Order: sequence, then C-alpha cells, then structure tokens
Amino acid sequence: MTFISRRDLLKRAAVLGAATPVLHEPDVARPFQGRDGGPERPALQTAAAVRREPLENLTAGEMDILDAVVARLIPTDANGPGATEARATHYIDRALGGALASSRPAYTSGLAALDRYARSSRGAAFTQLSATDQDSVLIDVETGAATGFTGSSAVFFALLLNHTHQGTFGDPYYGGNANFIGWDLISYPGVRTMVTAAEQQQLEKHALKPNHKSAYETDMFTKASGD
Amino acid sequence: MATTLKETDVVIIGLGAVGGVAALPLTQAGIEVVGLEAGTWLTRRDFAPDELRNNYRGWPQGVQKANQEIPTSRATASSPTAPRGSIHPMQNAVGGTSLHYWAQSWRLNPWDFKVVSETKRRYGASRIPGGSTVEDWPFGLDELEPYYDKVEYEIGVSGQAGNIDGKLDPRGNPFEGPRKRAYPMPPLRGTEFLEKMAGAARSLGWHPFPGPAAVNSRSYQNRSACMYHGFCNRGGCHVDAKNSTAVTTIPRAQATGKLKVVTRAHVTTIEVGSDGMPSGVNYVTDGTEYFQPAKVVLVASFTYENTRLLLLSKSKAFPDGLSNNHHQVGRHYFSHHQGAGVSALFPFNINAWYGLPAQGIAVDNWADDNFDHGPLDFIGGGNLWVYSDRRPIGAAGMNTFGRVPNWGSQWKAFVKENADRSNNSYIQKSTLPYEDNFLDLDPVAKDPLGYPVCRVTAEYKENERRIAAFTQDKMEQWYREAGAIAIQRAPVGGAMGVSTHAYGGTRMGDNPETNVVNRWGFSHEAPNLGVLGASVMGTSGAHNPTLTAQALAWRTAEHLAKNFNAIARRRS
Repeated sequence: MTFISRRDLLKRAAVLGAATPVLHEPDVARPFQGRDGGPERPALQTAAAVRREPLENLTAGEMDILDAVVARLIPTDANGPGATEARATHYIDRALGGALASSRPAYTSGLAALDRYARSSRGAAFTQLSATDQDSVLIDVETGAATGFTGSSAVFFALLLNHTHQGTFGDPYYGGNANFIGWDLISYPGVRTMVTAAEQQQLEKHALKPNHKSAYETDMFTKASGD
Repeated sequence: MATTLKETDVVIIGLGAVGGVAALPLTQAGIEVVGLEAGTWLTRRDFAPDELRNNYRGWPQGVQKANQEIPTSRATASSPTAPRGSIHPMQNAVGGTSLHYWAQSWRLNPWDFKVVSETKRRYGASRIPGGSTVEDWPFGLDELEPYYDKVEYEIGVSGQAGNIDGKLDPRGNPFEGPRKRAYPMPPLRGTEFLEKMAGAARSLGWHPFPGPAAVNSRSYQNRSACMYHGFCNRGGCHVDAKNSTAVTTIPRAQATGKLKVVTRAHVTTIEVGSDGMPSGVNYVTDGTEYFQPAKVVLVASFTYENTRLLLLSKSKAFPDGLSNNHHQVGRHYFSHHQGAGVSALFPFNINAWYGLPAQGIAVDNWADDNFDHGPLDFIGGGNLWVYSDRRPIGAAGMNTFGRVPNWGSQWKAFVKENADRSNNSYIQKSTLPYEDNFLDLDPVAKDPLGYPVCRVTAEYKENERRIAAFTQDKMEQWYREAGAIAIQRAPVGGAMGVSTHAYGGTRMGDNPETNVVNRWGFSHEAPNLGVLGASVMGTSGAHNPTLTAQALAWRTAEHLAKNFNAIARRRS
C-alpha cells in the first residue's frame, strides 16, 4: 500500500477549495434521487466517512468524480446499498496500481473529459450536478455522444462499468464488494471449494444460505496479487 | 553462442494437451524424450476460486510466452488488421491449456472424416461450397477409435455412451460413431434446470444426452471426483479432478525415467542439418541460448505457434520455412464458429451458481449430416449445448434482453431478480477451410525477441453463416419449449479472429501438394518432423477439438515408437 503523496494532498485541498466552500463535506451539494425518482439515498458524507483511507493511485479530484459516477451506475436505492457502500472505487483505485495499471491513462484523461463535458454541456462540475443531470451526462458518455474524449466516450464508459462491476461483485480480497454487498444483491450463495449434490438441491429449494467467504480466507490457495 | 546440449531421441516442443499425451507412449517404449515447455509447473494451490483472476485478468500470472506473441488478425487480405488482443487464448504451463479449459472431451462423428465424399454421395458435388479446400481425412473414424479409447481411459473421461459396437443406448448420443466400450466414468451429475432442458428437447422429438468431460464424475486413478464449485471455466482444478496432462500422462511419462521436462524454455527455431533433416531445437531461457539436438522433432505448440515456428525455421533446404516447399504451411486454416450463441431469460431461477461448463446437456440432431440437408442451402451443422456455469461478476454483466438500461436503479432491480435466470447456450458449428483463409507471419508485429508473430487472415463464409442462423433457430425453439420468456441472439460471425478452437496450417493428408503432414502426422518433406495438435485436422466437426487432437497425438507417438529407426535422423 502506498500513502497519499504530499502533492496529492495539496491537489485535493485545491480541488475542494475550488469545488465547494464546505471543505469537510465535499460531496453534499447535490440532491440524491434515484434515476427513476426512487427514494432518496443516504447523504454521501456517510459514504465518504466509510472510505477515505489514503488514496493509492487516483488523485482526490479524480476520486470525487469516480465516486459520483459509480453512485449512479449502481445506485443506493430501494433495493439496498450499491457501488458506493461496496467500495467499488476503493477497488479501482488500488487495482490501477496493479492489474489495471494499463487503464491508468484512460482514467486520467477520461475522468477529466467527463468533468469538462459536464461543465460545458450542463454548466457545472459533474459532482455538482443533480442526479438527473448526472444520469443524462452518463447516457451521453455511454452512447458515445459526449465530446472531448480521446476516442469514443463509449469506450471509456464500458471500461468504467466493467470495473465498477468488478469492484462491486468481485472477491472482497481485492478491496471491493465490502460486506458482500454485491453478492447479496444478486443472491450469490458464496465461494465454496465443494458443492455436494445435497447442497445443489438445497439451492434449488432456496434453502442454501450465503456463506460470505473470500476465496483466500483459507490457506488452501496461494494468494493472488491483491492489486 | 548457444550452449549445445546432449542429443535426445525425441524433443517435444510444448508439453500441453497434445505434447503431454505423446510423451507417454514414447517413454513407455523406452525412447528418451526432452519436453520443452515455455511455462512452469502449476499446482492445485495455484487454483483459487477467484473469478477476477481467472476470468478478467488473464490467469495465470505465470510465465506467459504466449502473451508476448498474440497473433494479429484481419478478415481478408484487403482488410485492415484488427486491434490486437491483450491475452492469448491459450496458456503456457506444464499441461498447457488442458489445465484451465472447459474439458469437453468429444469424439468427432463419422461424417467429419468424409465431408467431401459423403456430401457428393448424398447431395452431389455442387453442394461443396465454392472456394473451399476441404478434403476427406486420409482415414475414417474406425482408424482413430482405438486412440480415442486409449486417451479416454488414460486421462479419464466421464460420459454416456450412445453407440457401443453398433448397439444404440438412448441415454447417449445416437449420432456418435460406434465405440468399443463405455466411458470409464458415468456422466457428471445433472441439475434441476438441465433435466428441464433435457425434457424440453425430448418433447420436441430430439435426443438430448449428457456431454463427455475430461473431469472425474467419481474418484478415478486415485484422484478426486469433481467438486462442482463453479470456477472451472478458465480455472485450474483445486482437487485435480480435471484431467489435464499435468496430472495424468506427464507424471506417468516422468515415472518411466525417460522424460526430461524443461520449463521456461522459449523455443525460437527448429534447426535443419546439412542433410536437410531437422537436427534439433533452439531455445532461450532467461536470455541464455541453448541448442537441444534430437533425432526426431515433434512440434506440439498451438495451431498458431505450430505454423509460426515452421515459417520462422528457414534453412538452405527449406528457404520458405520448414516443410514449406509446397507452400502449404499456414493454409487450410479455420476456427470453429463458436460465437453466434443464443441467450434466454426464464421466469424462474436456474441455480447455475455451481457446476462447470462441461456439465450439461447436448443435442446433436442438428450437427454434421445428422439431418437431411436436401432442401437446405448449406452443409454441416452445430452441436447445441446448455450447461451450468455462472459467477457473480459475469452475472452482473448479464444480457438485459432490451428490458432495462445497463446501469442505474432499473438495472439494479433487474439483476436483483434475474441474475440467476438467464442461460447462454454454446453452439459449436462446423467450419470449412477456404482458399483465402490462411495464417502467415505478420509483416509488422514482433515478439520481444524480434521474431514476427502469426497473422490470421480469415472470415466465416456463407456456409458458416447459414449454419449459424439455422442452429440459432433450433436453439430458440429449444429454449421456448423449456419456458423461456425472452431470447437474444448474438451476431452471426464475420472475421474469424483468434480462437481457442483453431485448426489447420499443417494439415494432414496423403497428397503432399495440399497437405503438410502425412497420415501419421509426419512431414511429407522432412520425415523426422512430426506435428501434433488440431493444426493437422482438415475438418472441425461440431465438437471441441481437444480429444481428437490428443487421440491423433497418441497415434503419431505410437507410430514413431514402432518405427523409430526408420523415422529418426541418422547423424550426418
């Protein structure tokens, strides 16, 4: 694990200073409403308090945008917690220094382009937009209609969505899927090293309880690189 | 300068699915074998149930020569080269891709060996698609049957026989050619959903049966039965129940004392002596160059690397590449049309979180020439396959059947309800070789040692696209019969790209004008050079290639063991 650099601290302060006068609550400026008018999600400062160990690869400014994006991709809503609580961005931040390192340049340019596009087309930084406007920006990015990206914005969107899935539904060993939020959402009964015929039948009778285990909780396996 | 090592009887390039098989009959006959493998040993501790690593990060993170020489591809000679992939479809390790493949272990059907003569006999010569270079194999299924049998018992295959010596068993595949005896193990277990699919097929009048798998349905040869834990798809087995050559034939060959396994050996070229015969193999390990002299060279890498290695091995006797004086190396290339599947959504859970892709129900009614093509406009067909295989990240990326967007609250509600309610079929469709589909060396892309990588120039033609549309219709009919409420079809293929089911490039046949190797798998031009793998196959059939490639490898190795002095190079 690397610690946040002094440069990043300074950058973060600058970004917060520019984005909002409320330094200790950087993300509260926008209303939280489901994409289709669902119930309000918990205020983001709760989620912000959950994360906020030192960033490993992304800058604080990039992380703020990414947090806001994944909160729309897999929102917290009537169906329970989403990518925010699963800490998908923590997974991405860590992996960008390891297995996903080749995507680091795409995040640098893509997140900057997304924010520029939000400002030019909707008049405010992405994190400052309403959920509805954030969604409409993301639809533009998804369909390739957003301008200012290196190549098609759709490619960047596909990357973001894929990595958000990885961070929400991947093994918690890699830093996401906190408290097995992703696996519970889709009723995945859990990683097992053996599934008997009786257990398969229990599953078929909706009687197999999720076991909430990471692949690496036992010492059966050589640990993969956690990055 | 390369260090010259002690001469061996046989050097095998690649100890994977086929090289690992060939080593056994050779060493059992007392022949000294050196196996050069680019990867390393992996063991059950390396095979964690880890979807991110297996399915998203190009597992394993070991020595991957293959990933440094991923082929380039384009549809036709006038098309632009497609963006190059980042992960080679096959892997380097002792056992090769047999460590993490799906382990479907099919025999070909009788028709696959006689596509030309059977098509002419039944429908007329005009039904051979224009531009195809397809030939009959130099022998029929009966010649290969004893070798299928040996491999099935030596490595262990679970399955239900459908035809033992002409006696049909309705529990198995009624279209399979006769076999001498049953599989060594019963089929893998069923699930509620697979039983439902089998029932739906029967109610359509079709003949469903459990497919064969190189996975233990019960303890076999002191190795465990399958644990059905759900991480077999691009994952190695944590209990050695998947019968890769790394846990079967290779250790047995080592036990003879005649097999030397050399790992991390990056083979660059095959050397040819002044007598015009291959004399050994050059390889590099961690920057140090070695020359391994051998009386016989067996090339057993993958289809792309087999062709590439021959084309890179230029000599006075073979100025255009080894065994390429007839310019057939790289020709008659094709890959299975594996895409163009069909997905279905059901109004109930499928309970597919556990299982493996080789655990499933097959229908062969629409494969090969198992149905009358008289009124149709194509030859061949496809094997329909449904199986039990699902993991969480993949489930989250499920097809939404046009019902909701791919993200946001509607999507979240959809996956919450439906993550375990979709099913993807796998339809393997027969593909033919054509004049203008081929492999060669890329003029631009090189590996880190400076050698050109392989280039694929190939597209699916009208015959393949018609098979795809036809079999998609059948698959949709099957899903609807089982209660599917939504269906989505994947696009029918254009460019072939780089595939795990790649055939040809060093085709086997009696005519040296159109084939690289003879009916025994040895070069028409360089008689002490043998080629192993699906690269010698002239047709694909509608089933996975591995067992056929392994049966051919056993047959080539046995032929070599019996005729060693006639085939081996004498010191010149």
